Amino acid sequence: MTTLQTVFEKARAENRSALVGYLPAGFPSKDGAVAAATAMVEAGCDVIEIGLPYSDPLMDGPTIQDAVHRSLMNGTRIGDVMRTVEGVAKSGAATLVMTYWNPVDRYGAERFARDLASAGGTGTITPDLTPEESEPWLAASKEAGIDTVFLVAPSSPDERISRVVSCCTGFVYAASLMGVTGARESVGSAAEGLVKRTRSHTSLPVCVGLGVGNGRQAAEVAAYADGVIVGSAFIRRLLDAPDEKSGLAAVRELADELARGVRH
Amino acid sequence: MTDSVHRGEHLTGAEGVLITPADLVGGGVRGDDPDLRGKFGVFGGRYVPEALIPALDEVAAEYEKAKTDLGFIREFDHLLRTYAGRPTTLTEVPRFAEQAGGARILLKREDLTHTGAHKINNVLGQALLTKRLGKTRVIAETGAGQHGVATATAAALLGLECVIYMGAVDCERQALNVARMKLLGATVVPVTNGSQTLKDAINEAFRDWVTNVDHTHYLFGTVAGPHPFPEIVRDFARIIGVEARRQVLELTGRLPDAVAAAVGGGSNAIGIFHAFLDDESVQLHGYEAGGRGAETGEHALTLTMGSIGVLHGSRTYVLQDEEGQTIESHSISAGLDYPGVGPEHAWLKDSGRAVYHGVTDAEAMEAFSLLARTEGIIPAIESSHALAGTLKLGRELGPDAVILVNLSGRGDKDMGTAMKYFNL
Repeated sequence: MTTLQTVFEKARAENRSALVGYLPAGFPSKDGAVAAATAMVEAGCDVIEIGLPYSDPLMDGPTIQDAVHRSLMNGTRIGDVMRTVEGVAKSGAATLVMTYWNPVDRYGAERFARDLASAGGTGTITPDLTPEESEPWLAASKEAGIDTVFLVAPSSPDERISRVVSCCTGFVYAASLMGVTGARESVGSAAEGLVKRTRSHTSLPVCVGLGVGNGRQAAEVAAYADGVIVGSAFIRRLLDAPDEKSGLAAVRELADELARGVRH
Repeated sequence: MTDSVHRGEHLTGAEGVLITPADLVGGGVRGDDPDLRGKFGVFGGRYVPEALIPALDEVAAEYEKAKTDLGFIREFDHLLRTYAGRPTTLTEVPRFAEQAGGARILLKREDLTHTGAHKINNVLGQALLTKRLGKTRVIAETGAGQHGVATATAAALLGLECVIYMGAVDCERQALNVARMKLLGATVVPVTNGSQTLKDAINEAFRDWVTNVDHTHYLFGTVAGPHPFPEIVRDFARIIGVEARRQVLELTGRLPDAVAAAVGGGSNAIGIFHAFLDDESVQLHGYEAGGRGAETGEHALTLTMGSIGVLHGSRTYVLQDEEGQTIESHSISAGLDYPGVGPEHAWLKDSGRAVYHGVTDAEAMEAFSLLARTEGIIPAIESSHALAGTLKLGRELGPDAVILVNLSGRGDKDMGTAMKYFNL
């Protein structure tokens, strides 16, 4: 299993940022997700976030909502998410699960952490779990030896940032703008300031997500962040492709472009 | 300069006494008040993107100031009295009660408020709060359209920009309310993802809020959602029970034996229950939408059939499968068609202080038509669930019982559904 620590040490040694790619499990199909994520890793993604499809994704924009909806219609279950993690982890990328809290809560925090660790997962990103409610999850994750990534946002005052980073291991996820997931024309201007403020509270790597969709933007973010997170743009390639094979090629092409961006 | 007041001090003046600061904020710190993290026992709290935490903190802090600010309370009181039409009357319904074993049934007439439902109370309070927050735009979710209409109304009154999110399915079954909102100057956005009902409208409103939070207040319509919404919405609705308690005492010389209300998200029920929480002799009964029946799986029986989980930012009872995916609810009434419920109701259920039951579509429609024929009052289908429950409750409690029912809204908006259902 590749750890986040290894990933960021390697990226630092190569004087570049890490590239983090997101895909929901079960999209475009159960095997298709593993194939797409593996292609992303081969083309330069260092970390893969596997999304756990949830019926009420209130932090996601239309692209991820669409993919998640299709995945749920395909009958994706938590067992499939774990199998996807297992398949993707074999590619050598550090593999995380990005999930809303309720599915974990229902599955059981300890059981989820344990199963994720056995599948070769290295941690989770929990976008709607606040530090105030995180105690059971932090305890379960520590016990299972997996990382816990939480988000900070441009609206976060310093005392919130300090509180959030105290719950984080692995890295801190900085949301580049106020809004939901989705590729945009430009990455939020607040991102750089947020990364700077976050660094004054932690020595953990800080990765920037929301709105990054091409190599130029990746390069721009890589200039100040330890990692660049891309999700919707990959999904868009898969949604727009006429079949899974050309979808794979399109995803590989985008990962390649982004990988060159973070090395710029 | 604002004058701060002590709880218990009354508002007096040309308009007389309607609410006191204590009426607005409750009788002091009690078990039913959420703690600092917004918890009612294990329920409530905040499960939202970090980006929204500062906005929720801002709303909570402003509300803390507002609720002890006599200027704010006066303004709220003035609007309730001169605009919303408070106090609403209490109507005894003896002909309807004949079908309920002869118990005395008293209806709290929230249907007679401006815009036709209890939603106006919360909306006026939060619209005033929006002004205090210095925000210029409000957004809201709506199911039946009543909260959307009320929000659009308050926005028009106070000069706020207004966007309403409404499930596409609900837009269709409540077309009249869509037209009302548009006429009032609001933008109505039909939500086409998920089940295309209230829960998806709430998701979409949260997405808007996180994007536009610097100038937008999310005018949440029920006692669910992240802290501080369950507390704020309850406080702005509790005037219903405060008035009704006084009116029942005046009319009958005693407290009612039971209080009945419909429960979707739970705002009208909390609104009428809350003033009675300390009256141990008063039973509290909530009626959820049983849809086509508990056994069909097509219902909105969140408290009676659901399990504990997290939905829309709060820990509460949820209709969910064994992996935590929300199960789509069903009800003939759009306002009760919601797979979650306010955390305070979850707490009242688990503590045993309130009891919750299911009422099917058919039972609700029967009560809907019965009240119309026996008393000349066409209730909202939502409120008809409480009426149907009361028919059973009256037979159980016997002819000496006094039952207070929250008639939370009027049925004008439901005529399309009624025409189809009864072949009118």
